Amino acid sequence: MDKKIGITLLLIAAFILLTAFGGENKYFNIADKDVELTLPKGFPKPIYDFKTNKLKPAVFILGRYLFYDAILSKDSTVSCATCHMRLAAFAHFDHKLSHGINGLIGTRNVPALQNLIWKDAFMADGGVNNLEVQPINPITNPVEMNEQLEHVIHKLQGSLFYKNAFQQAYGDTIINSQRLLKSLAQFTGLMISANSRYDKYVRREDTFSNNEIKGMQLFRQKCSNCHQEPLFTNNFYANNGLKPDTGLNDIGRAKITGLKADEYRFKVPSLRNIEMSYPYMHDGRFRNLHDVLNYYGNPNNFSATADKRVLAIGSLSESDKNAIFAFLLTLTDKSFIYDRRFVDPFMQ
Amino acid sequence: MIRKFLIYFFCIAALAKTNAAFAQNKSAITISFNHFVKDEVLQLDTVRFFNDVAQAYSVTMFKYYVGHFCLTTNTGKKINDTAYFLINEEAPESKNIALQGIPEGTYKSIDFMVGVDSMDNCSGAQAGALDPIHAMFWAWNTGYIFLKLEGWSNASASPGHVLEYHIGGYKAPANCIRKVHINFPENLQVNQQHQLKLALKVDISKLFGPWHQIDFIKLSSVTDFHNATTIADNYAQMFTYLSAN
Repeated sequence: MDKKIGITLLLIAAFILLTAFGGENKYFNIADKDVELTLPKGFPKPIYDFKTNKLKPAVFILGRYLFYDAILSKDSTVSCATCHMRLAAFAHFDHKLSHGINGLIGTRNVPALQNLIWKDAFMADGGVNNLEVQPINPITNPVEMNEQLEHVIHKLQGSLFYKNAFQQAYGDTIINSQRLLKSLAQFTGLMISANSRYDKYVRREDTFSNNEIKGMQLFRQKCSNCHQEPLFTNNFYANNGLKPDTGLNDIGRAKITGLKADEYRFKVPSLRNIEMSYPYMHDGRFRNLHDVLNYYGNPNNFSATADKRVLAIGSLSESDKNAIFAFLLTLTDKSFIYDRRFVDPFMQ
Repeated sequence: MIRKFLIYFFCIAALAKTNAAFAQNKSAITISFNHFVKDEVLQLDTVRFFNDVAQAYSVTMFKYYVGHFCLTTNTGKKINDTAYFLINEEAPESKNIALQGIPEGTYKSIDFMVGVDSMDNCSGAQAGALDPIHAMFWAWNTGYIFLKLEGWSNASASPGHVLEYHIGGYKAPANCIRKVHINFPENLQVNQQHQLKLALKVDISKLFGPWHQIDFIKLSSVTDFHNATTIADNYAQMFTYLSAN
């Protein structure tokens, strides 16, 4: 009897060990098929081209480590994932403006990350022209990671772990900013969200409630001039009528173009996974979607310089707002947020 | 038999052709960038120079991008090189560059770009001279800084009386790419027996006039598109032929 129990316990222990180690490796493993670029049906041609950054599991894995590693920041306290949290659709839960190094506060709300290869420009003012060079901003920004690119490279060169990871990815141990940035671009570029209930509805794999259908119809009338399907952005810049926060004095697109007409224009953000990426607006002033809908649903809220498409929305009734709210929730893509490829690899 | 002969013939012809390609010898030419302020050799930090409105200044940093060199032969044939070079007063070796694979011939002029062209400003992460670690790159408004001059002048109203000119931009509202054309005073030979060494004079005083005269009281700092093209117009004037041997 005792012997039997002993054997059983041994078997259980062996099973736990096997699932713990064997299972975990599999969970974090990246195979060739995991880095295949499959373009969702109905999506336009991507702007970022992986032809000059050939997708490869070891490069993606390197990019994933870098995304989650605070080694990119000056005092090793801040990683990309500090503000781009996976469970917040790679935005920052409950932070109007993110705090970076030493608790310093930035000036803009962290955008959710997804479908980046369809973006023609990055940042709320569109100042950055290529996915690959975007990470230089948070790395060098004094209130984010406050680090010098040169020093990041130096730190990576001194790390046995990264020497090995770069070797795996690129076939030799050369560590430079180009490889760092291209690896990150593979990781972030493959963050494709196209499997929400909305997508399934469009593909006729799922159904909508009457309220969601009503919300979609209203959305298409009132919102989709800027938040165009299927990306839920037209990639343009617009003044959404928010009265400028005098503490921040953020003139938006005009900072880049110098044009008076571009003052207070910001890049139209995608609404995919909007449920997860609260708070809202470029300065994070609205805590929830109801505040956002109450704002857009009352024309008295808009500044005189609001975009004509915003002015054209008109008043929204409570039931209109409820319906649009219900529709916006269908943009949540759980299979993207829980995609094992994007999970913090340092957890293994 | 005839067929065999023909095959041999073609083989020999092909070989001859390969040889001919080798026979068109290619050589390297070196170009040195010699930094002056008017006729004085530039020295960082210590020496005081004067601009055209008699304001004293010194220079603490001077670096810039040149690239897309094009040599023109006496018959008008153009030899292009797409490379970029970062010339930095502080790094003496950077002030001598080599263009490889220049065919033997007689050359009458050289063209190059000061800055980085729009394509190379938009194509993502780069290595070598264009690696953003050289601190000649704007992250927040993507693009290379084409030229950096820093220094100080008592006339400057900026904190610490510094002068700070960071000039870049490949598109509106401030396209600062400038092209330089230099005719050689006499045709220059490039051949294998003798590596051509071309020396250019780079006169920093031209950054402050006379094309657009800069008064340090009014303009001591340019770090974005405001006034950038004024300085860019000036740096297009600063390169001249010095010597060749």
